Amino acid sequence: MIYNKPDALSDLSTHYCPGCTHGIIHKLIAAALDELDCEGRTIGIAPVGCAVMAYDYFNCDMIEAAHGRAPAVATGVKRNLPEHVVFTYQGDGDLAAIGLTETVHAAARGELITIIFVNNAIYGMTGGQMAPTSLPGQITQTTPFGRDVQHAGYPIHICEMLSTLDGAALVERVSMDSIPNIAKAQKAIKKAFTYQIQKKGFSIVEVLSSCPTNWGVTPVEALQWIRDKMMPYYPLGVFKDIGEKQNHETN
Amino acid sequence: MKQINLMIAGFGGQGILFVGKILAYAGLLEGKQVSWLPSYGPEMRGGTANCSVCLSNELICSPLVTKPDILIAMNQPSYDKFVDKVVMDGVVIIDSSLITIQNQIADKQLISIPATQLASEQKLSKLANIILLGGLLKKTKILSLDSIQKALQTYTSKPELLQSNLKALSIGDTTV
Amino acid sequence: MNTKLLMKGNEALAEAAIRCGCKSYFGYPITPQTEIAAYMAKRMPKAGGVYLQAESEISAINMVYGAAAAGIRSMTSSSSPGISLKTEGISYLIGADLPCVIVNVMRGGPGLGGIQPSQSDYWQATRAPGHGDGHLLVLAPAGIQEMVDLTYLAFDLADEYRMPVMILADGILGQMMEPVEFPQQEPKYVPKPWATNGHQKNREHNIVNSLCLNPAELEQSIQKRFLRYQQIAQTQVRYQAYDTEDAKIVVVAYGATARIALAAVRQARKQGIEAGLIRPITLWPFPKEVLLQLAKQVESFLCVEMSMGQMLEDVQLAVNGRCPIYFFGHTGGVVPTPDEIVREILQISGGKNDDL
Repeated sequence: MIYNKPDALSDLSTHYCPGCTHGIIHKLIAAALDELDCEGRTIGIAPVGCAVMAYDYFNCDMIEAAHGRAPAVATGVKRNLPEHVVFTYQGDGDLAAIGLTETVHAAARGELITIIFVNNAIYGMTGGQMAPTSLPGQITQTTPFGRDVQHAGYPIHICEMLSTLDGAALVERVSMDSIPNIAKAQKAIKKAFTYQIQKKGFSIVEVLSSCPTNWGVTPVEALQWIRDKMMPYYPLGVFKDIGEKQNHETN
Repeated sequence: MKQINLMIAGFGGQGILFVGKILAYAGLLEGKQVSWLPSYGPEMRGGTANCSVCLSNELICSPLVTKPDILIAMNQPSYDKFVDKVVMDGVVIIDSSLITIQNQIADKQLISIPATQLASEQKLSKLANIILLGGLLKKTKILSLDSIQKALQTYTSKPELLQSNLKALSIGDTTV
Repeated sequence: MNTKLLMKGNEALAEAAIRCGCKSYFGYPITPQTEIAAYMAKRMPKAGGVYLQAESEISAINMVYGAAAAGIRSMTSSSSPGISLKTEGISYLIGADLPCVIVNVMRGGPGLGGIQPSQSDYWQATRAPGHGDGHLLVLAPAGIQEMVDLTYLAFDLADEYRMPVMILADGILGQMMEPVEFPQQEPKYVPKPWATNGHQKNREHNIVNSLCLNPAELEQSIQKRFLRYQQIAQTQVRYQAYDTEDAKIVVVAYGATARIALAAVRQARKQGIEAGLIRPITLWPFPKEVLLQLAKQVESFLCVEMSMGQMLEDVQLAVNGRCPIYFFGHTGGVVPTPDEIVREILQISGGKNDDL
């Protein structure tokens, strides 16, 4: 067996911190595009946040969106190019805070796009502030005494919430903490793109990811932290899968 | 033809904007310059509505009628609000079923038609507006009956509706 | 038989957009421009284009961003408060050099303001359509035929200069009906090799982006964009002049206000005042040169707007102190009348206004 870099991934070195799992998630997406042979008709939408420069790391056409607006931008592309493959790559601030409206409505419309939602429970690019998905009690720069839910409210369970919407075809949460889970994530991402191509509906894969830099732990400890802290609060699994049900009706 | 400025005013739902549209479109059919400007707002039903219509052979500058040559008033508040704005020797045509005149207007030509009453007698509900239009055309001849009929044809969706509109038009025509 | 149609401004504009190749419209209802969305909802599917009601004005402008990035002629429309929401997206469109058309049917502000006609978003359109150095091309129609003609022009200019173009109208123009004719004019399509529409492995991947973390590179890209602006300022200024040849007082007004002002100018002429009118059609670029030239001939200018005096500043910059500039306006949805403007003209010209 020979290990190859997926064609849909560019040759540039990423700017991500050591131990960050963004790079792995990029590779999984690129591998899915390769396997489905759709790089040439794929348009990716990069977020604002750590992955802002994702547009340099994929070889398909890329658009950089305003903070939180990636699902709206993706909608604009997909509605005009319905046979193309359109995905957004968004972090927890971009998707679950400033862009929650765009996310929910894209799902509600059954927009035929795929969202890769990277949840690492913290704001990385701005240096470690509370995210909508930061855990109760989690220490961040803006919750120095731990996230007090009486004051800062509770974390948002995106998959649980979106799975209630009729427009969603696939809603799945996966994790980057271990090789077996990465393998599962790879399958989920490929399935999400497949559903899009089959016009089944909106698809989102939430990826529990690490941020050793801002969590203040080593990369290995960070993976353990995903297992110990995040996975109990954000259980892995398929929250919605319309499976072989009929294709989503589009207008 | 010098520019004729019309103001049509009443309650929302009385077909104020519709009469304006018929006048404007008939003007267009006669090759005139026309403009139609509605009041707009949250009062979809029952509130006050008015519209400005200008007919001219030359470029229409201001589409907003502030000093009407002709006022069609279909309720008391509209009459009270606009009657003094009508130019000297202008025409004021009112639905006398709904409007009571307190002070006589000496310097303007008043046409009173009990349009709402006539409409209800003739089972032409909601066509008091077209009865007034018929009366206005007869008195002022600003547009030909033919172009108004054509305009009604264009803007009514069903044949029965067109027939009632034409009937209302002729009632207005014969009443004054 | 007259081939003209009697149409509302909002609907005429929407029809014009479809006829000149707009294939994608995203909007959100707000008075007094909602008829644009309603018309698009009905017509666009039949014209083989995309219509979608977005969940907010913010989403609508970002859908336009996506569609424009994909190389599609696209448009959004709103009214004042909705345009404020779109300004973030407008800044990104400018930064990413994306062509599109944005319509603002202005109503009274600030805040929720009112719903009656206004021109109080002039500064927003010409000065600060979003953060950062940048401009929109701003076109100001004054009648329903021009709502149509300038829509054709807006799409062509947007594509030619790779920038968003704003049509700045107001509640009067949106709501009023006038006869219109649709020009038999082919859209000037330009190739869009930069579009992110799937490279099909036939070219390098395209990136549509406004981010540039290297200050020197960012500066360079902005300077390059400003060279384009300079070219636009030299070639795309549009205005209409009425009776200015011998004018002693020139009224400057745009949009629906210009028509009311023209009525006043004609009335003033009848009363022996040598009045004229300049009606800017492009608000950016602003017709500075004609005002500067007129400043050598006239005694004064009178700027009339449905605002507290916003275009006034452009007139002042153009005239540069060469002669007095007066202002008259109403705001908040109040529309100036011809009589009021005549009164101003007479007062400035030292005449009497007893006969009004």
